[in-house]
Amino acid sequence: MGAFALIGRFGGFGSRDAGNGVRGGDFQEAGDMAEAVFFWIFATILVGSAIAVIVARNPVHSVLFLILAFVCAAGLFMLMGAEFLAMILVVVYVGAVAVLFLFIVMLLDVDFARMKQGFVQYLPVGLLFSFVVGAELVWVVSGWAVSPKAAAAATPSGTISNTAALGLVLYTRYFYFFQAAGMILLTAMIGAIVITLQHKAGVKRQDIGAQVARTPETAVELRKVPSRVGI
Amino acid sequence: MSSATPTRPDSSSSILAIVGAILAVAAIVVVGLLWFLVSGGYFAAFGRWLYTSDAGSALRYILVSLAMLVPVLLSTAVLIYLERKIWGSVHLRRGPNVVGPWGVLQAFADFGKFIIKEPVIPASANKGVFLMAPLVSVVLAFAGWAVVPVSDGWVVADINVGILYLFAVSSLGVYGIIMAGWASNSKYPLLSALRSAAQMVSYEVSIGFVIVTVLLCAGSLNLSDIVRAQDTRFGFLGWYWLPLMPMFIIFFVSALAETNRPPFDLTEAESELVAGYMVEYSASLFLLQFLTELVAVLLMSSMTAILFLGGWLSPLPFAPFTWVPGVVWFLIKAWSVVFCFSMVKAFVPRYRFDQLMRLGWKVFLPISLFMVVLVAAVLEFTGLGAHVSG
Repeated sequence: MGAFALIGRFGGFGSRDAGNGVRGGDFQEAGDMAEAVFFWIFATILVGSAIAVIVARNPVHSVLFLILAFVCAAGLFMLMGAEFLAMILVVVYVGAVAVLFLFIVMLLDVDFARMKQGFVQYLPVGLLFSFVVGAELVWVVSGWAVSPKAAAAATPSGTISNTAALGLVLYTRYFYFFQAAGMILLTAMIGAIVITLQHKAGVKRQDIGAQVARTPETAVELRKVPSRVGI
Repeated sequence: MSSATPTRPDSSSSILAIVGAILAVAAIVVVGLLWFLVSGGYFAAFGRWLYTSDAGSALRYILVSLAMLVPVLLSTAVLIYLERKIWGSVHLRRGPNVVGPWGVLQAFADFGKFIIKEPVIPASANKGVFLMAPLVSVVLAFAGWAVVPVSDGWVVADINVGILYLFAVSSLGVYGIIMAGWASNSKYPLLSALRSAAQMVSYEVSIGFVIVTVLLCAGSLNLSDIVRAQDTRFGFLGWYWLPLMPMFIIFFVSALAETNRPPFDLTEAESELVAGYMVEYSASLFLLQFLTELVAVLLMSSMTAILFLGGWLSPLPFAPFTWVPGVVWFLIKAWSVVFCFSMVKAFVPRYRFDQLMRLGWKVFLPISLFMVVLVAAVLEFTGLGAHVSG
């Protein structure tokens, strides 16, 4: 029951504050109706494509459905007035992460028939896990309520935009967490480079500086070639 | 129509300029008329209906979108013609001069031919993805225009995160290419798709940092606000191309790479990959892919004009120049950038792929990263930066 109440809250979301989303309040008169329609469109496609990610036979199709799901999630963020999160979701997940997924999956030489073989065998385990996760989700969501303090804090004060509000919180209150997250990512990146970068002996490497610094004197050598002897 | 001996008068550059001007004026008139129509005024009752009822609002958005899209589509035709004329001039050829007076209808002849030919779908292609790829490309290419302000207030959706939206949409453009390359189930397109994915992801990074420096200076993610922030008493010297000079150059070069234009057109390098991801495409499907590239070029030029060349602002901020409508200045700036795009194609040789990667990751990324820190520091310590308090 709690889950339905939650959906109802999002579906009827009409209290878009004037500072966010489209300026000038053009949507105000178009009203809650349009938002509800868009919510159901995005939500339906999101759930449908999420199911299709699992069901699709071809892994490339799965990734494409995953991308569709990301885009629909961004649409939902947009409806809630969280335009910055929506754009970051699209730029980071769809624009970069999913491109790499697709890149790798495209190049895999997968035998689809063999991949599907153990499906029935693993079904009970999968069902058990999904039941546990599903039950937990229902449990958490049904007991979930917005605290009145959070609602007050979530409303940006006055003319401040959503992006600025996020920045203010992130760079003041949660500054150390933000820095720590950055350090962890940097460590992971350096680790990946250290693991993969190998300087093999005998491999010709390009030295751009040396190439650019070449002059006719250093690059061209004139020699007298004796006839019928060669160099 | 004999193509052997061109009987048409010789096309000089002045005629070229006149034709370009006429088409630009036509585009402006169309935009202006539609804008006048939807912004009330003459058709008062109709205008009121557009602004008060739900259906009116929906129709208004459609009309405004059309007022944006139709000129963009016309501009692609102009772009094809102009580019071929420019390359012709650089190569000491005549360029298209057969269809219509001075060959101006060449683009429309090409469009007609693409549409009436039979689209061939390879038997081994993944049909769904193969057909969807051009559609994805073209939709994403046009979606970016929703936030482009062509003049003060002349924008379909004036959203707060306009620049992020443009960045997101242009970074999604790679999907059309990857999908096309994979779905064709053929060697050249696949290699092309791989190159394109690596290239576009690499150059997005430097474009992102360039955008961050502009944002730091403007203090807003809204494209109209970014243009307004460039409205100083110094006129064209106050636009961001001068204060952020190295970023302007990096942005232009990255824009070339992002749109797969020469010298970075490795995705469709003829000598290596035939036509890259477009090899298996024909007729109207090819037309869509082709159109996408052109629209992307126009979008990137507009973005350059907005971020660095002051958008609709007049170069000299006093009387006779400020009387000119903003959209004229915007078009002049955007088309100047387009001209640079064409000239680069005409006389810069193609990069090798490792050189391309080196340029992106080892040259542009460190420079732009350093500039972000530098610009932020300068703005902070001189007190010029925009501060938000909450």
